[in-house]
Amino acid sequence: MKILVVGGGTGGTIVANNMARRLHHEMKAGKARITMLSASERHMYQPGLLYVAVGRMAPDELYRDQKGLLEPSIEFHVDPVETFDFKENKVITKSGRTHQYDILIISTGSRMMPESIPGLAESAETFYTEESAIKMFKRLREFQGGKVVITVGVPHKCPMAPLEITFMLHDYFKERGLLDKVQIHYTYPIGRVHSLENVAKWAKPEFDRLGITYETLFNMKEVDATNSILKSEEGTEVKYDLLIGIPPHKGMEVIEKNSIGQSGWIPTNRNTLNMDGEFKNVYVLGDTTNIPISKAGSTAHYEAEVVAENVASIVKMGVPVREYDGKVFCFIEAGKDKATYAMFTYNNPPDPKEPTQAVHWFKMAYNKLYWSSVRGIL
Amino acid sequence: MSEQSKVVDARGTFCPGPLMELIAQMKQSQIGDLIEVWSTDAGSAADIPEWINKVGHEYISSIEVEGVWRVLVRKKK
Ligand SMILES: Cc1cc2nc3c(=O)[nH]c(=O)nc-3n(C[C@H](O)[C@H](O)[C@H](O)COP(=O)(O)OP(=O)(O)OC[C@H]3O[C@@H](n4cnc5c(N)ncnc54)[C@H](O)[C@@H]3O)c2cc1C
Repeated sequence: MKILVVGGGTGGTIVANNMARRLHHEMKAGKARITMLSASERHMYQPGLLYVAVGRMAPDELYRDQKGLLEPSIEFHVDPVETFDFKENKVITKSGRTHQYDILIISTGSRMMPESIPGLAESAETFYTEESAIKMFKRLREFQGGKVVITVGVPHKCPMAPLEITFMLHDYFKERGLLDKVQIHYTYPIGRVHSLENVAKWAKPEFDRLGITYETLFNMKEVDATNSILKSEEGTEVKYDLLIGIPPHKGMEVIEKNSIGQSGWIPTNRNTLNMDGEFKNVYVLGDTTNIPISKAGSTAHYEAEVVAENVASIVKMGVPVREYDGKVFCFIEAGKDKATYAMFTYNNPPDPKEPTQAVHWFKMAYNKLYWSSVRGIL
Repeated sequence: MSEQSKVVDARGTFCPGPLMELIAQMKQSQIGDLIEVWSTDAGSAADIPEWINKVGHEYISSIEVEGVWRVLVRKKK
């Protein structure tokens, strides 16, 4: 049985390692083979970008060599897929090679699209790539006061990032002794300050206490860079001195080019994680699914565990054994030394507790433990 | 033949939630398209019309069947 994993990020790495362990004997006996194709020889711990943007982590701390994160039995190539041929059970890569498979797992992630909002790319700082996070930190260092506006595009990965960056900016300016010269203004697309109702209930009084102002039902439409004005779809405007944008996201271009999913989001069954349609040997996980849940590493992680267990049992018994229940676990940094978390499934809403120092330290530890987690040791 | 609507099935999902899913779908749709959001969250039955009216799309109807709200809207701009 040939198993092909496309994408070497959070989801791809966890699913491949987990399968390799479960199929150790089958792989040794030549009955199963796992190959991974990715677009990079390095693996980035993306949540670390949040800390790079406020000068609390160096960019090189975010990377590990991808090959070193994989079980030695996994064949790994840096050779991105360009063509998916589901009928023939094969993909064709950038280098022109063809890879056949019996089971295909797609986890190619998502990317920010600042260019989809007129004026945003030129005028806003962001932190969703290494380059932009470094640029944002340099800009923060130079900033001497004024109105800082945070704006959030739809859809975006990591639903906690808008709140986290807001609290972290507050503490960053406080530490620099600049708070009395800075006004932080938060905008959010729906009618409360966060999509999770209980998180919004907690965050709103926190904003009030810290003097952070906010406008809800605000979807960015365009930025007038000449006059430093951000305009919303809802017809309102806000003037800024420093604009921090979380741009709208899309899935990867290869998905759209192959007509697998509009905007790069692949239609996926929310329980089985099969790609919708006739090709039942194709699984999808992580950011690139169109499942209406958080685009987060923890989502990719829990989905990867389900897919790995199912693929292993298909190899061993011919049938899958588990369904994904929508589980997501997200830390929420509530400043520089406090954090809380939200855990939920399709059927159980989250109930975040009061932020504590202990949870913050656990998150700081997780920033390191991530590497054990994708290896499958944790 | 009745007009086909695109369905956004946000039943049993909390984050990003039905309204955010609708906003994302709006961006991918053409002017004139009908979109139906399915939600098990009572709040979105109120949030969606509020946002639709604020932005200037068309709110058509909302019905609840066995705990699932079906909110029908049309993209106008
Ligand atoms: C600033 C920031 C903060 C975040 N904070 C958190 C957090 O606190 N908690 C949390 O849970 N999540 C967080 N996330 C989100 C999390 O990082 C992503 O949701 C997660 O990485 C998604 O995993 P994935 O496997 O779907 O995609 P990724 O991890 O992005 O991996 C995609 C992989 O696909 C590869 N690829 C792309 N194109 C191709 C191709 N054509 N062929 C082959 N391979 C390809 C890429 O090289 C990459 O290896 C954060 C993200 C950011 C940017």
